[in-house]
Amino acid sequence: MEHRVDQPVEDIDVSDLVLSVAPERAVEADRGRVLARLALVDAIFKNLTRSAAIIVLLLLGGVIFSLVHGSLPAIRAFGLGFLTTQSWNPVTEKFGAVAPIYGTVATSLIAMLIAVPVGLGVAVFLTELCPHALRRPIGVAIELLAGIPSIIYGIWGLFILAPFLQQHVQPAVIAAFGGVPVLSTLFAGPPYGIGILTAGFILAIMVLPFVASISRDVFETVPPVLKEAAAGVGCTTWEIVRYVVIPYTRVGVIGGVMLGLGRALGETMAVTFVIGNAHKVSGSLLAPGTTISATIANEFTEAVGDLYTSALIELGLILFVITFIVLACARFMLMRLERKGG
Amino acid sequence: MTVSPDSSTKVAVRGLDFYYGDTRALNSISLTLRANKVTAFIGPSGCGKSTLLRVLNRMYDLYPKQRAEGEVILDGENILDPRVDVNVLRSRVGMVFQKPTPFPMTIYENIAFGIRLYEKLSKSALDDRVEEALRGAALWGEVKDKLHTSGLGLSGGQQQRLCIARTVAIHPEVILFDEPCSALDPISTAKIEELIDELTERYTLAIVTHNMQQAVRVSDYTAFMYLGDLVEFGDTDQMFTNPREKKTQDYITGRFG
Amino acid sequence: MSIYSSRRRTNFFASSLCWGAALFGLGWLLLILGALVVEGAKGLSPAVFTQMTPPPGGSGGLLNAIAGSLVMTLIGVAIGTPLGMLAGTYMAEYGRYSKLTVVVRFINDVLLSAPSIVIGLFVYEIMVAPMGHFSAISGTVALAILVIPVVVRTTEDMLLLVPGSLREAAAALGLPRSYVITRVAYRAAKAGLITGVLLAVARVSGETAPLLFTALNNQFWSTDLNAPMASLPAVIYQFALSPYKDWQQLAWTGALLVTATVLALSVAARALSSQRTSK
Repeated sequence: MEHRVDQPVEDIDVSDLVLSVAPERAVEADRGRVLARLALVDAIFKNLTRSAAIIVLLLLGGVIFSLVHGSLPAIRAFGLGFLTTQSWNPVTEKFGAVAPIYGTVATSLIAMLIAVPVGLGVAVFLTELCPHALRRPIGVAIELLAGIPSIIYGIWGLFILAPFLQQHVQPAVIAAFGGVPVLSTLFAGPPYGIGILTAGFILAIMVLPFVASISRDVFETVPPVLKEAAAGVGCTTWEIVRYVVIPYTRVGVIGGVMLGLGRALGETMAVTFVIGNAHKVSGSLLAPGTTISATIANEFTEAVGDLYTSALIELGLILFVITFIVLACARFMLMRLERKGG
Repeated sequence: MTVSPDSSTKVAVRGLDFYYGDTRALNSISLTLRANKVTAFIGPSGCGKSTLLRVLNRMYDLYPKQRAEGEVILDGENILDPRVDVNVLRSRVGMVFQKPTPFPMTIYENIAFGIRLYEKLSKSALDDRVEEALRGAALWGEVKDKLHTSGLGLSGGQQQRLCIARTVAIHPEVILFDEPCSALDPISTAKIEELIDELTERYTLAIVTHNMQQAVRVSDYTAFMYLGDLVEFGDTDQMFTNPREKKTQDYITGRFG
Repeated sequence: MSIYSSRRRTNFFASSLCWGAALFGLGWLLLILGALVVEGAKGLSPAVFTQMTPPPGGSGGLLNAIAGSLVMTLIGVAIGTPLGMLAGTYMAEYGRYSKLTVVVRFINDVLLSAPSIVIGLFVYEIMVAPMGHFSAISGTVALAILVIPVVVRTTEDMLLLVPGSLREAAAALGLPRSYVITRVAYRAAKAGLITGVLLAVARVSGETAPLLFTALNNQFWSTDLNAPMASLPAVIYQFALSPYKDWQQLAWTGALLVTATVLALSVAARALSSQRTSK
């Protein structure tokens, strides 16, 4: 019996349907079965992926929680004084974070002071000045620099750079700034070779390719028509960069710089080798010091006693908070750039 | 305004409203697709013709903010009912898109992929089905010697015919075409229009096109839409020679569009 | 002097600085790689690959460290990759417009750039401390946690690049959602997904900090996952900071091996991704 299209669905007898349009409906029923089986697979897969995403969330929560939990003994023992005490004495169990925090900030600052201008220079070079044939190889080379593991920078710094600085560069610098008021303290001897400045310099080389490559990517988002318009009124290459490219990409570049800063703050191995590991804040950049990550790396496995371990974990928490804030700002800025460019 | 439904009706749309979020894109559309005939949806950009087409295989289900209300009856069953298995529906109502989208697989695999989902066939039976599908899309002669090369290596027109072959391979009942020729050159377009004519023998077809001449060439019935409303629906020859509505007249004579 | 010629001079000056910057960057690359090759090659011999790490003053190789690195990296990648890929799949497919995805994307970026030593501390707290001893398995978990954000990011990015029309075409055949994703989208994004895994492996191959207090180090051959295990980075760390010449030599050789591996993986990843974009 043929059903009519204006007949209410409830009135239709299913068996009539199957009989009247038999072959098609039989196929449909078969397919229905196949696809019903797959519906279970679908549901499982969907939940699997959702769970994985939630695990990522929990991972960060776990990190924060365990850091806080591990720091509690030290927090209870030292309170806010932890941030102002310089002493670091495992014997008397008096710990203060001033030296590591100072070292972390100082080395990162030195690194950024060098890496940002140089990195931007490299990015400008790659986007405007470099002969086209060389652009890709040099770009790749810069990125390879970024891929070298930090421990390599560490041993290179220790065995090659530090002795070189100690023998040739540092004595000259100390002598040169000998009489100058501020600089003579800043660059006071003895020339250890290792120290805050050396560590900062190594960090600069590590962060440089990072800043260069992000800046280059950001520079390439400038619409060519804008640059052509500037060239059309007679701007030199440098003027195009200064008046068109950089203002357009300002936010993205800052985001990239902050990502580089985040990296510098958290760097461990490169710094550990060349910082000298002295829990002291010294006026001279040529003196040894320590950073948060270097302290943890050097002392964690030797730490005896819960308070010692907890103090080290608290250092880790401080580092995490600092880098989190920097990364959040960087992300925010890069997001604004995406929105503008989109 | 509508052609009265009878036993030669394959799909009947009744009072269909469609919403993108809170914006209504289709207003109470009612029309029918006759079995083994070609129905064209025409109208200026933004009139809702693609939206309407995509309701017929519930493609909008893939996107959270889109919903349809009303009835679309396929062989007596309202396909908008949430209890309907959308995947079964799509195996019965196939779609060919504006941009040719071969899967990143060999030509053979592109066709076999869909068949394998529903049926367990021996290798030789599968080979036969692939050949049948490629013949049905008038592509067999051109690709029979390179079945195991990538589908992406074909020309635009061939890729589109591959997509048609892929669709007919699973033996649907209705095939929907969403501006299938707008990305193709005139010769490929002619081949596909010829193919559409042959396909009516076994399938019911609906085609969205912004090219009025194409609608005249290939379709038996035409629906003219404007800003989400169905302005006129009827026999193609009748509509283009003697339209009932003024707006239809204005559109087909190029007064706006 | 005309304004024009002073502008030209500024341009020349600025351009020279940029050239200088590029040479500076490249120069250090050459100096570092050069030193690595020269110093590392001095210690290269078959013994490096066949003998264990020696006590100070003895001769030996890096076999246990190489094996340990391979084992922990492979297991870490094996754990982290599926998790990362599934999470990335959720973010690009099922959850593309959901709030959960926005949050997870941010969290993932934080994890991606977080200091790896902090991850080491985390794994110490949740695995090493409760277990009471250092172990290779803790090391692999630390490495897995470093792998996950890389894989999540590349999986999401690559899947988002797959055109929606391809997904619609697959859905139009009646394919269930999971098939659309696994049979069509994954296939279309294959090269990019593999690139992501290679990049993740390159990243963790050189990591030292997270292993320092999870897997620790081991002077002898060990494949016991429940015991400390040697790894190239940990051995390099220990030997380089020691006062013994032959240990220091082994450290250089180990550094050469690690760098060669990381660079090879990075080059392979680039080759794959440029092959994809040239298609």
